[in-house]
Order: sequence, then structure tokens, then C-alpha cells
Amino acid sequence: MRRKHLPAALLAALLSAVAFLWASPFLWTLIASFRPESAGSAGMASLWPDFAPTLLNFRNALDSGSFGLYYANTLIVVVGVLAVQCVTVSLAGYAFARLRFPGRDVLFYAFLLQLMLVPPALIVPNLSTVVDLHLYDTLPGVMAPYFASAFGTFLMRQTFLALPRDFEEAAAIDGAPWWAIVWYVLLPMAKPGLIAFAIVSVTAHWNEFLWPLMVISSPDNQTLTIGLAAFTRGAEGGKEWGVLAAGTLLVMAPLAVAFVAFQRRFVDSFVFSGVKG
Amino acid sequence: MSLAGTTGVLDGIQAAAVPVRRRRLRLLPYALLAPSLLFLVLFTYLPVARVLVESFYDKPHGTGAATTFVGLGNYAKVLADPAFRQAAFNNLVYAVGVLVPTLVLALAFALAVQRSTRFSAVLRTVFFFPSLVPLVAAASLFFFIFLPRVGLLDYYLAKIGLSGPNWLGDSDIALWSVIGLTVWKNAGYYMLFYIAGLQNVPRDTIEAAMIDGANAWQRLRFVILPALAPTTAFVVVIALIQLLTNVDHVIVLTRGGPSNATNLLLYYIFQSAHENFEYGKAAAATLMSVAVLLAISLGSLRIMERGARGHG
Repeated sequence: MRRKHLPAALLAALLSAVAFLWASPFLWTLIASFRPESAGSAGMASLWPDFAPTLLNFRNALDSGSFGLYYANTLIVVVGVLAVQCVTVSLAGYAFARLRFPGRDVLFYAFLLQLMLVPPALIVPNLSTVVDLHLYDTLPGVMAPYFASAFGTFLMRQTFLALPRDFEEAAAIDGAPWWAIVWYVLLPMAKPGLIAFAIVSVTAHWNEFLWPLMVISSPDNQTLTIGLAAFTRGAEGGKEWGVLAAGTLLVMAPLAVAFVAFQRRFVDSFVFSGVKG
Repeated sequence: MSLAGTTGVLDGIQAAAVPVRRRRLRLLPYALLAPSLLFLVLFTYLPVARVLVESFYDKPHGTGAATTFVGLGNYAKVLADPAFRQAAFNNLVYAVGVLVPTLVLALAFALAVQRSTRFSAVLRTVFFFPSLVPLVAAASLFFFIFLPRVGLLDYYLAKIGLSGPNWLGDSDIALWSVIGLTVWKNAGYYMLFYIAGLQNVPRDTIEAAMIDGANAWQRLRFVILPALAPTTAFVVVIALIQLLTNVDHVIVLTRGGPSNATNLLLYYIFQSAHENFEYGKAAAATLMSVAVLLAISLGSLRIMERGARGHG
């Protein structure tokens, strides 16, 4: 018994050490963001909170960037993408799960192609398309490439396939049209699938950077990640590390809070996602 | 019986009366797919065709000169560009350099946290959390971590009497610093797939191996790893796609420098198009990276589908 206990304790200690190492960037952000400026930059890296916490860094961060505007723009993009996606993936998922038609398999593989040819790989031609559509420097231009989602279609197809057919057959015999069957019968039962998709979609677009950076040129349309990147590069000379830490925290906070509140759901969704990243 | 079948029967009864409705139902699937297909055509299929065409033309920026057909000229230019060669080589080093440690860590984390205790739950959260934050935010954090002398890394290295190199400024080190960030960011994400995969490893096989006297290493090597092969294949594919299409951290931290040491393919494409306005070159490079992406994934399409289904 004793021989078994010692390695177990060692393992727990080792794991704790690794976990501490893994969490240290976040611990530092948290501590640095509450550290008063007067502490000086020499001890800025200390993980030891030996000071009276202050909210000054947060105020400076909020003042120096237009965080309110960035939040609003990011929110518009995230909600706009998700709203359109919910429609497109539900309809397509239903078609692939329940209807038989010539060319179904070919079309399904054509959809899956988007899992490989992810939008970031096509930023150059997509930017030309966005310019042609007169969507350059607009938030719809940021959203448009994501309105169709192969991952979402796949996920909804799997969700619909797992549902029993009895209800919709009963509804069909009663003469309900297809849209009523989808809206009143299938979608309520498919809610877990939609929620899983929503979590992955919101996370991906909240965090997105490269594509908005290409599409957006005016400060009024910038999203959080673009603001944070500009902020980081601005801090290079200024040494305002506490403010940078506070700014980073502000960008991460909404998702972090949602994650802590709905941990199980997040983890399940991401296991299902796999492909979206 | 499918919905289409059901309505088909109904239609059969009144076939003569409602031929219009029947034709409409035959078109219904395509109408349902149309919204998705519209955007897939606009932003996935056409772009590939467009970039293929554009890669054969030279479109000088801002000079007013006409677009000229240059055949494979852009490809020749890109392939001869030392920055592109460097970016392609870097991307290879980056992909392998990230992939191997992330896979090992992801599996180790999964094995360590698979029991459902409170301690395991905390560890799971800690390991997974980095994959939830924007890559830009991770880059901002590591910007400070890698800062010479006063940064988190150098500050604590100094405490134990070591002095680190210039993590982002030394061209021999910078790519490895970026790799370190990416390993930290991604390992917890892949851990989730291994946790799910481990639940599918048959318990009695492991117990049988234990009864036969297999030690922990032998159980891992001969029972668990083979059973996890589909998970590993799946993770490798999604990881490779991620490693070819995420360069946010490079944009924030190094801008491909110093002297192209951290230039990656997508960053090269971004730079050619967005900063140097060399669209022909950007198009040719895009097409090459699309070819690589397709090569990686078409062969593994079945793995992807099976993997996603298995985890669903």
C-alpha cells in the first residue's frame, strides 16, 4: 500500500506544478492588472500580490482604447454571424438528414470541403469578393464568409439524424407543411445541437483577428481583437504593462465568465466541434 | 420512412390534382440548401477559382498599368523568393515543432485528468482555458512573458540564477518561442479529444492486460495507444489545418521577424497582399497553401468524418 501512495502523492505534486506553470500567464495578467503603477516596471513580473489592489489600470485601458465601441462591434459581428448561421445550418442540416434527392452525397462532400478550405486560407480572394460586393470596411463584410458553415450543417445533420421520426411523421400525416415540422417539431428537440454550435461559433468569432484586420480600415469599425493588437504594439514603448494586462483581461473576460458558468456545455461543444478551432 | 417518402405517399393519392405541389417538393431540398450554397459559392468555391485565375496575371498596384498575363510567372517569382522559401520551411518546422509536444502533452493531460475528482476538474479547466482565449490575447500575454530582463520568464529565470536569450529578438530562438506559445495554447484543446477517446477504450482489455502483468507503460503502449489511433489521426488533421491557418500571434509578436525567422505561409500571403500589394504573388502562394490543405485533408476525409461522428 505504501509503495502505491508515494507515487500518487508525487504525481499530484507534479501535476500541480505543471498546472501552476500553465496558469501562470493568466495569474500574472490578473495580478498585474490590479497592481498600482507606482510599483515600477522592475517588479512588474512578480506573481506575488504585495500591494493594495487598484482599478486604475482598467480605467486607463478603457480610456485609451475605444473599448465600448470595440465591444459593440464584436457583439454585432458575433450575433449577426450566429443569427444567419442558425438559419442556414438548420435548413441544410434538415435537408441532409431527412430528405432524399439526387446529388445529395456529392453536395454533402461539397459542404465538407469548407472544413479544409477554411476562410483564413482564402483571405486574399475573399477580400476581393468583399470589395466587389461593396462590403469593404463594413461589419457585414467581416461576417459574410461565415454565413454558411459546413461544421454547423454537419452538426445539425447529426443532431436531426439522432431524433426519432415518429413525431414528424405524425405531423406530416396531419398535413403539416415542411417548415412547420422543422420549426415546431424538430428544432425544439434539436436545441442541444444548436447550443453546442452557438458556443463554438461565438467563441471562434469573438476571438477572430486576421480577417477583420484585412476587411476593416476605419477605427469606427474595429473589433476587440484589432483594438487589443494595436494596444499591445502601442505598449511596446510605453511600458504600461498594468494597462496592457487590464486591456487583455477585458477582451478575455466575457468568454471566460461564460465558460466558468457553463463549463460542462463548453467542453461538450468543443469535443463535438473538432474542426472549427 | 423519411419525410419525403411520407409526403410522396400522400401525393400519390392526389397525384393528378396537385402536380405543382409535387414538383415543388422535389425542389425543396435544393431550396433548403440554397442559402448555404450561395455563401459557399461566394466564399469557398469561387475564391479558389478566382485565385487560380489571378495567379496567372500580374496586377501592378497603384501604377495604373494594365493587368498582364504572365502564365506561371507568379509561381516562379514566389518560389524564387527567399522569404517564401523561408516561410515554407518555417511552417514545416513550426508544424512539427508544435504537433509533437502538443500531442504528447494532450495525451498526458488526458490520462492525468480522466478520473472524475475535484482535483481533476480543476486541472482540466486550467489546461483547457488557453484554447478559449483569442490568439491575439495570448500573444499580448506572451509579449510580456518574453520581454527581455523584466518579463515574466526572465524575471523568474534570474531568480534561479539563469539568464534567458532574447526570446523574440534572436532569430535562432524566435520561432521556438512562437512554438512554445502555440503548444501552451493548443494542448488543452486536443486534450478534450483524448479524454473523449479514452472513454471508448474498452475497460476489460485494460484489465486483462493488468492481469497478464502488463505494467503501466506496456498498457499505454500496447493497449491504450492503438485504441486511440483514430483520435490521434483526427487530432493530427485538425492540428495541421490550424497550424497552417493561424498567424495572429505572428502578426502581434514578431511580424515575421527577426529577418523572416518567424515568417509563416499565411503571414507571407497576408504581407504580400495587405502590405506589399503584390496580388499575383499572394494569389500564387494562396493556391499553393490551398493545395497543401487539400492534400492533408482529402486523404483523411473519412478519418475526419469518423472522428467527428465518434466524438458526437
